[in-house]
Amino acid sequence: MADYILEMRNITKTFPGVKALDNVQLQVERGEIHALVGENGAGKSTLMNVLSGIYPYGSYEGDIVYNGKVCNFHTIKDSEGCGIVIIHQELALVPYMTIAENMFLGNERANSGVINWNETYELAKKYLDIVGLKESPQTLIKDIGVGKQQLVEIAKALAKNAKLLILDEPTSSLNEEDSRALLELLLKFKKDGMTSIIISHKLNEVSYVADKITVIRDGCSIETLDKQVDDFSESRIIKGMVGREMSDRFPKREPHISDIKLEVRNWTAYHPLYSERKVVDNVNFNVRKGEIVGISGLMGAGRTELAMSLFGKSYGENISGELFIDGKEVKLNSVKDAIAHGLAYVTEDRKGNGLILSNPIKINTTLANLNGVSKNGIIDKDEEYNVASEYREKLGIKCPTVEQNVGNLSGGNQQKVLLAKWMYTDPDILILDEPTRGIDVGAKYEIYCIMNDLVAAGKSVIMISSEMPEILGMCDRIYVMNEGKMVAELKGSETSQELIMSHIIKTA
Amino acid sequence: MSKTKTLDFVKKYTMIIVLILVIGLFAVATKGTILLPMNVSSLISQNAYVFILATGMLLCILTGGNIDLSVGSVVCFTGAVGATLMVTYKVPWYLAVVIMLIVGILIGAFQAFWIAFVRIPPFIVTLAGMLIFRGLSNVVLNGMTISVKNCTTFVNVFGGGANCYIPDIFKFNGFNMTCMVAGAIATALFIGLQIKNRAARLKKHYEVEGAFSFWGKLVFISAVILAFSFRLSQHKGIPTVLVWVLLVIIIYGFITSSTKTGRYFYAVGGNEKATKLSGINTNKVYFLAYTNMGLLAALAGMVTIARLTSAQPTYGQNYEMDAIGSCFIGGASAYGGIGTVPGVIIGAVLMGTINLGMSLMGVDQNMQKVVKGLVLLAAVIFDVVSKRGGKLISKD
Repeated sequence: MADYILEMRNITKTFPGVKALDNVQLQVERGEIHALVGENGAGKSTLMNVLSGIYPYGSYEGDIVYNGKVCNFHTIKDSEGCGIVIIHQELALVPYMTIAENMFLGNERANSGVINWNETYELAKKYLDIVGLKESPQTLIKDIGVGKQQLVEIAKALAKNAKLLILDEPTSSLNEEDSRALLELLLKFKKDGMTSIIISHKLNEVSYVADKITVIRDGCSIETLDKQVDDFSESRIIKGMVGREMSDRFPKREPHISDIKLEVRNWTAYHPLYSERKVVDNVNFNVRKGEIVGISGLMGAGRTELAMSLFGKSYGENISGELFIDGKEVKLNSVKDAIAHGLAYVTEDRKGNGLILSNPIKINTTLANLNGVSKNGIIDKDEEYNVASEYREKLGIKCPTVEQNVGNLSGGNQQKVLLAKWMYTDPDILILDEPTRGIDVGAKYEIYCIMNDLVAAGKSVIMISSEMPEILGMCDRIYVMNEGKMVAELKGSETSQELIMSHIIKTA
Repeated sequence: MSKTKTLDFVKKYTMIIVLILVIGLFAVATKGTILLPMNVSSLISQNAYVFILATGMLLCILTGGNIDLSVGSVVCFTGAVGATLMVTYKVPWYLAVVIMLIVGILIGAFQAFWIAFVRIPPFIVTLAGMLIFRGLSNVVLNGMTISVKNCTTFVNVFGGGANCYIPDIFKFNGFNMTCMVAGAIATALFIGLQIKNRAARLKKHYEVEGAFSFWGKLVFISAVILAFSFRLSQHKGIPTVLVWVLLVIIIYGFITSSTKTGRYFYAVGGNEKATKLSGINTNKVYFLAYTNMGLLAALAGMVTIARLTSAQPTYGQNYEMDAIGSCFIGGASAYGGIGTVPGVIIGAVLMGTINLGMSLMGVDQNMQKVVKGLVLLAAVIFDVVSKRGGKLISKD
């Protein structure tokens, strides 16, 4: 029998309204590199959060068996105590502290609370040598690049006596060379007997480095591929990732598509902090009246950044390019301009960027168009109540009254309030960014119906989504975006998930 | 009433209940002295500056729990400027008032610029302002006191001194009928408006609050207004400063509850990113909040030098703390986005009552500070914990 360092048995994790993990199985052999692949939102990160104790014991069902013993982790400290260390996609380093200070943060080399700096620096040096980072432990984190920061994270994990290293998208922010070096490092660790779990979108890297691959889809573990037995080609992996059946999860619609409504030419935007980094790179696309256009791509492809830079330059620096509405060039320098020109951007982050959770539905509904309910700057509260109630009925927002705080609504109903807010600005072009993220199937269907109603009324809809089935099921035309560029334009009726995925992988 | 209903009621009206309890407590402890007409009257004139400053502070706090530490110094500085103009340069009082207001707005705009557009933390900017304008007050006054006793019109208009009351037209002996009539008219107006509103909403089939709670509230508030006017009538009538306070309360109460501009303050404090993405210029909202604070600080400056009939470099010390305390006790959220003008006024009255009550009881000044500090702490703990669903210890 194989020697499993870790077995996760029948893991089920439910969030209000959504089953994020459904009876997931994962078996990791000692000393192997095990890859976890799946689409965005498939449940990979949730699974790792269960493992590391971020979702404490009791908040999920199933067993975690580590070194043959069932473990109940209540906090990250518990799992780290056993040698399970997770390195997250977003690096968690303090920029104004040194490498050594960061490595031993929360794990200080100290006697009765007094830090032993000699030991700290000595140990730091030792682990930096292991990961092959030639920097002084006293260098500030902010002074080294992302690639080196990633190595610091790994050294930090080693300093915690890691036996099982989990890396979540370790190469997503690294360049070619740094990525290669990191993978070689993992292979070297493997030789020394370390077990690693790697989560990655980059299938070429996965098939290069991994011994086994477990595919997660829709919160279920689909299959585990073994390098010795199975085909490790990208197309084989993709098939596992997307191979689900399309059913009538999407309402039918007769498209009535006419003239071009919005056209974007040579649109480029730079990162607001790292001014040399192009986040949106020479993008061209258009959307017609009555059309739903999808923008597909992986997280970090620059889709949200594109949408927000178009929407009154609410993201990015040094934005250049041309924007045409109804064939006329327009300059949208503020969100106010964008709204005035009939644009609406429904954010992917409804809690962070979209709604005021502590305020009632009615106040959220009218926020982007207060002029609609006010005269001479004075708000007609009865009118406001009416407007909100109208949308509540139209969109089927389930709540006792529109006086209720949106913070108390379910995700699906919050999304509808957000849609109501933007529909009330009477836009011609709606950009919906991940409109169905984190909401249940029934509410998704209702959102799709609202989208169909909008295009039936002659509006244009741009849907950004990481969920390929909904992109395929809803869109007339699909753009594929990767690393800031539009890499493909596909007809909705003539495409498949495999085709979209291969366009993304090809350019990765 | 069921248990949850009782809890909701208590949660909604906590500070009013506390205020009633505190008044009751002091009424017993001082054997009714605190309810004497003279003391009711002095509660207003002594705390007028708190009402005015707390209203302005509310706008700052609404934008995200940001406070303005400079108001005490600005009160002193505008007062010093006004007194110097009127006494040393013999500028007519109305012109001096206009200049003081302009100076207040300019100071506010100066600080607001750094806060709103350059995004220097308000704490730092206003801490600097606190030092700057305290120092400048000394410079303007040469470290001396300027008496404004002889600027009688100014003193009367802004309600300091012994005779700063609205003149009585009826002239009954020992009872100011004008005040009582004004109180009665105010009550009638209030009741009329409330009933009209409710009827209109009922007619359009809108949701209205239950009859019991509506009439209960109506009777309670009317009774408070009437009792209050009766007490003032027994003393010398309406202190002129009350007119200014009421004006500020009504104007800002209206702005915050019923205008677009008012809505923006709440929106910025509730979720700045969402507000920005709704096409609202959030920088301007911050600018407005702090500029306005300067304006109201100037008004408080006038009230202060009028009441003390002089300007001194030490005036206005800790005024910002009174204003901030009133806001938080009155239910403003330390994270912004929540708080109302009536709530803040109740907070200020509570603070003022505690002050007055303890003074009447002869409690030591230092102990008074201890009690005020504890009340403030308790109020904010209550706010934070109740928002966390009753859990005392934070786990995030």
